[in-house]
Amino acid sequence: MQRAITRARISGHLCRLLRLLGLAVAALALPARAQESPYIVTYDHYLEEPGSLEVEYFSTFGTQRGGNDFNAFWAEFEYGATAWWTTELYLDGQTTFDDSTLFTGFRWENRFRLLQLEHFINPVLYIEYEQTNGADKILKEVEGHDVESDYAAFNSVLRKEHNHELEFKLLLSKSFKGWNVAENTIATKNLTGGNPWEFGYAVGASRPLALKASPKLCNLCRENFIAGVEMYGGLGDRYSFGLHDTSQYLAPVVAWNLPSDWTFRLSPGFGLNDNSHRFLMRWGISREFSGFGELVERLFGGAKP
Amino acid sequence: MATNQLEPNMKIGRRCNHVAAVFAIIALILANYLAAARNQDSAQKQQKSVYAVLSKAPQKAVTRRNPLENDPDAVVAGGKLFEIHCSECHGGMAEGGRRAPSLVAEEVQQATPGTLFWILTNGVVRRGMPVWSKLPEPQRWQIVRYLKSLAPPKSPPISPENHSKTLSASPHAAVRRSRQQPIAV
Repeated sequence: MQRAITRARISGHLCRLLRLLGLAVAALALPARAQESPYIVTYDHYLEEPGSLEVEYFSTFGTQRGGNDFNAFWAEFEYGATAWWTTELYLDGQTTFDDSTLFTGFRWENRFRLLQLEHFINPVLYIEYEQTNGADKILKEVEGHDVESDYAAFNSVLRKEHNHELEFKLLLSKSFKGWNVAENTIATKNLTGGNPWEFGYAVGASRPLALKASPKLCNLCRENFIAGVEMYGGLGDRYSFGLHDTSQYLAPVVAWNLPSDWTFRLSPGFGLNDNSHRFLMRWGISREFSGFGELVERLFGGAKP
Repeated sequence: MATNQLEPNMKIGRRCNHVAAVFAIIALILANYLAAARNQDSAQKQQKSVYAVLSKAPQKAVTRRNPLENDPDAVVAGGKLFEIHCSECHGGMAEGGRRAPSLVAEEVQQATPGTLFWILTNGVVRRGMPVWSKLPEPQRWQIVRYLKSLAPPKSPPISPENHSKTLSASPHAAVRRSRQQPIAV
């Protein structure tokens, strides 16, 4: 009797495992539709296409004065729930050289398109909940009085600090004559303790190297490359708003959208004041799986093709 | 002292971990079901009113002319872009699918290039079509050229002898030929 129950449990687990494996294999076979913006920190107003899943991996190497250099990394799973709502899960980690490697937390973000049609400026509301520890160094956004020295301590010390934050952004963006210009205003509240609201910003501009598509499929066509620049930094907090004791960065960005479904991004960033890391080297790789939502539906007995 | 201060925070943190994880899972499931429900519901309504959105284009947009009207490469390039960005929903031959309507339908083919450009630029967000202004204007016009090339020819009915010739000269065939070529570096 006991054996039968155990067998049933094992076969149940196997069945679930096989389904997940099937999902992973099927996802790889899905067509990809890459046309990604080159920004790593700044958001434009374009959301994920409905039913598409974008899987991304990013890495940030940073120099550290008064401590060890680090390499922070994160995985992103971005899903287009509707044409006006994109939801995204981040998993963060980092390696500090001559110290340790650790998982530093997760983030769950949602972006909502506020207007149906394209306008002179297009607003998108961004809401994020994050649960990270003090060793998180991905620098996905810089806010408040975040400065380089905050990251100098050993991981064993930093990881003791627990943050669970609510983050709001107003994303404004405009595309005009091939150019995209985007501005993000950030407001963050750490729900742990009595921390004040903190503020930050990110701005970016980018343009494809060619505006017309060539008739042939090609890897190195100029239209596959989008280049630009972004600038981001903190704006202090509720009690001391402004640029003093904040870190600021300027970073050229480039994205390479391959017809073979992949997008590569590269962005060397430079600290603009003494509170900033001198140098950040960011890169990322991503692939978009169209029709992921339908695939999940089908696998779990939903809509038929 | 410092450890004592950290302990309540850690407890709150752990609790929030669970709550947030549950929220994340619920949201993903909800998102998927919302999309599914939206698709099923809209599939029925779409049949009648999906093309009504074409009439919403403002007059200024309707009368815009395609600047690539005489570009000899525009149709093939537009076909390539269509394959990359649009065929997943509208079907490989623009015949329509479960998620999006046919673009070879009379309503679309009779619309002006400016109208199609306006729809591409603004999307039909409520019905699930994303905004495509992220493609530069010339690329959107290339897609419009391709779409307009899908209209059935107005010439007299094709005789069986030259049927195959006509097929091989169609824009679909040109796009297919370009896709069969190896990717140039």
